[in-house]
Amino acid sequence: MITLQHMLTLSGILFALAVAGIFINRKNVILLLMCIELMLLAVNFSFVSFSRFLGNLDGQVFVFFVLTVAAAESAIGLAILVVLFRERRSINVEDLDTLKG
Amino acid sequence: MQAAITLQSLAPALPEIFMVAAICVVLLADVFAGAAARRITPTLTLVVIALGAALTILHAQVPERVVLFSGMYVADPLGTLLKLLGFLFTGVALLYSRAYLEARNLLKGEYYVLVLTALLGIFVIVSAGSLLTLYIGVELLALSLYALVAFDRDSGIAAESAMKYFVLGAIASGCLLYGMSLVYGMSGSLLLADLAVRLQGEASLGLIMGIVFLVVGVAFKFGAVPFHMWVPDVYQGAPSSVTLFVATAPKIASFALAFRLLAGGLGQVAGTWMQMLSIVAIASLVLGNVVAIAQTSLKRMLAYSAIGNVGFILLGFVAGTEQGYEAALYYTVVYVLMTLGSFGVILLASRAGFEASELDDYKGLHARDPLLALIMMVLMFSTAGIPPFVGFWAKLQIFQALWAVNQMALVVCAAAVSVIGVFYYLRVVKLMYFDAPTEAPRGFAHRGVRFALGLNAFAVLALGLLPESLLSLCAKVLS
Repeated sequence: MITLQHMLTLSGILFALAVAGIFINRKNVILLLMCIELMLLAVNFSFVSFSRFLGNLDGQVFVFFVLTVAAAESAIGLAILVVLFRERRSINVEDLDTLKG
Repeated sequence: MQAAITLQSLAPALPEIFMVAAICVVLLADVFAGAAARRITPTLTLVVIALGAALTILHAQVPERVVLFSGMYVADPLGTLLKLLGFLFTGVALLYSRAYLEARNLLKGEYYVLVLTALLGIFVIVSAGSLLTLYIGVELLALSLYALVAFDRDSGIAAESAMKYFVLGAIASGCLLYGMSLVYGMSGSLLLADLAVRLQGEASLGLIMGIVFLVVGVAFKFGAVPFHMWVPDVYQGAPSSVTLFVATAPKIASFALAFRLLAGGLGQVAGTWMQMLSIVAIASLVLGNVVAIAQTSLKRMLAYSAIGNVGFILLGFVAGTEQGYEAALYYTVVYVLMTLGSFGVILLASRAGFEASELDDYKGLHARDPLLALIMMVLMFSTAGIPPFVGFWAKLQIFQALWAVNQMALVVCAAAVSVIGVFYYLRVVKLMYFDAPTEAPRGFAHRGVRFALGLNAFAVLALGLLPESLLSLCAKVLS
């Protein structure tokens, strides 16, 4: 029997993986974008599980909005990435260090 | 079940409805105007903002809380005030920015459309009645700001700061969302009004976790320590006109986000978030004011000053009383007014090929441009909290609110760091008045804009001499 606890644990693990991925990754900005996506999907999973166990559809409607916003967010992120690459010829996270202080 | 929706019943949502239509009009006008767009779009945007403010005053005023769209949308006097301020501050920010944008070949229609969508995002947050509307508003504002920061495509540091802002902002949105999902799971509702009723008494572990994530999200949007890393980079890296916008109108949204979410939805379990918020507030005050001293760039110094001032706003929430929220609202409005002026000075002192963003660029400004130096002095004195300027009253309100709930330690701590803070504000004044002028060229002289900037500084002085006017307005909309 799969209970709410199992689903929330999975969602928590996915979320933690995404956060760890963002902070551990020092190589590539595209990996950051993928981690952000994973983070939002972990949240979606949590919403859907709560919605299922509460018998309340609001959470699932929320997921549609999150999906839509996540798409817009990726589009903007990739657009910034293109601008950055044209200027720096690199998408290495470690090269983002001109601003300091 | 549901009352029929009529045009009359939608009137309280007029500002948002108008903004959506106006954004489409501006976007289309910009496309079809072709070469003339450079002249038409900025003017049209200002007309739209004036029209929106007029419509809000005439048709969207509500005597008390009105709920629309099954509780998703809330209109109240506080919302009306914040929206009018949003129109005002955005309009003034665009007015200051025009010459700057023109000189850097950034005067494009998209800039104005993005500012308007950001403003719409602010409105959605201000009027949010549920976690869903709150999230949509936050994202609408944030996505517009990411694009604005990266607007200067030929600037490497702008792209870098936009990337940092984007990644950190996305993490903050993720945390906010995760918190929302947990709070939804614990309460079974997305409506803030329902949360206030259902979440009472002892908080469960799941709820506490949810609230922690929500506080992280809110602190990030404010730019409070330890989620402040984006603030200095964005302030320094973005074009000055974008910095001006990022530093002003979105602060209203941050206040509204904290007020609707923490004070409104989670008001009955305030004990759980208050302690976290007080640590965040004190950390922001100390770090902001101390690190600002070490800066050589004026924009970066003002960024750390923003972090310190956000600490004050959050202290108003820590008090947790109606007096505290009033003080926080008052402080937000006053702070935005002062920031508008200081970045206005940066914009006016700059010109093509010269950014006027370093502190050294202001050496001997008095000899080159006495009016600009005078305006900057008024704004620096006010931000430092020296009477009779309005910044002093804003700080005093926060102290009084904390005093009333016996938070002596916080009062002493906040007072001590604001004294430290006076140093770096006065250093700007010293550079302008007592240092020898460098060869830095004089900025553009735009009479109308200089007059507006003078009016802005005068408002800081006038509101300081008559503090009751704005204060009673803040008290009225919150009661």
